[in-house]
Amino acid sequence: MKLIHLKKDLGEEPFKTMEQGGVRKLADAERDNEEAELDAALRDFRLSVHAWSEAAYNRPRTALAAAPRRRVWQLAAGWALGCALVAGGVSGGFYEHHQHEMKIAAARVAEQQRLAAEQRDKLAREQEEDLLAKVDSDVSREVPSAMEPLARLMAEDESK
Amino acid sequence: MPEANEIAAEEFSAVVTKHRPQIFRFLLASTRDMDLAETLTQECFLKAHRNWASFRGESTAMTWLMRIAINLQKDHWRNRRMQFWRQTQVNSVDLDEASEWLPSGEGSAEQHLLARERVGQVWKVVEGLSERQRTVFLLRYVEEAELSEIARATGLSEGTVKAHLSRAVARVRAGLGGKR
Repeated sequence: MKLIHLKKDLGEEPFKTMEQGGVRKLADAERDNEEAELDAALRDFRLSVHAWSEAAYNRPRTALAAAPRRRVWQLAAGWALGCALVAGGVSGGFYEHHQHEMKIAAARVAEQQRLAAEQRDKLAREQEEDLLAKVDSDVSREVPSAMEPLARLMAEDESK
Repeated sequence: MPEANEIAAEEFSAVVTKHRPQIFRFLLASTRDMDLAETLTQECFLKAHRNWASFRGESTAMTWLMRIAINLQKDHWRNRRMQFWRQTQVNSVDLDEASEWLPSGEGSAEQHLLARERVGQVWKVVEGLSERQRTVFLLRYVEEAELSEIARATGLSEGTVKAHLSRAVARVRAGLGGKR
């Protein structure tokens, strides 16, 4: 591993310890600490990025392969659902149409039956009236001959 | 002629094997987005493959590849800025997550925590750097590139690289000082 020299990078003079007479200035010590901390921070940062990159570089990449398969599955499911909806809609429409036609046919049959019944009633009434008229005429012919002059008089009287 | 092509293909294959992790690492540190870093790495080697014949060896293959990667990264951010009206998905991990990565098994728990805190502070500063400063900083302190290599990869003069680096380090120093 190469060593990085901060001072060289930044064009600064090499740090002077300034140990003169065995006394080290407090400011220098502080500066030492700062430099040490900066070096440590930069080293930790580098190691951190290297560790992260190594983990990311070697991570399994199954998600990329799974994604299209899921999309295909979703597409197929969507198509199936769509087809089912369309088929349901069409068959529902046919059923509704069929039911409507059945109702119309039933109404037609009922109407025909009603008309036939009316016809039958009318015919029966006419037959009944004819019968009554025949009975009346038959009954009137049976008036006794002794009463005939009186009946003629009544008819003449009515005509006046 | 086919022999020359075969040799070139073998050479390129060796270059990919050797430098791919490093290019990926630089792009990951620049984008903090694993998928994007992977895509840009692929693009970088695709571009390099297309232009492999024109590589004259004036710089090292790594410097040449890094230059392509830097340009791809720049293009990406420029396109993102141009597409500001689009709903672009941001996959960058946050700073805390990026700071979690530390080589394990070294030092005490307290030292580990301290290191994590320091890494987080550096990430915070790096996020605030200009694109150029960030590139120079990452090449120097993550990839441990020489100043002359950085100058070649970025197309800047060594003096400019030094100036950018100086500002970036000053900001890191201030960031670390700010915590106390």
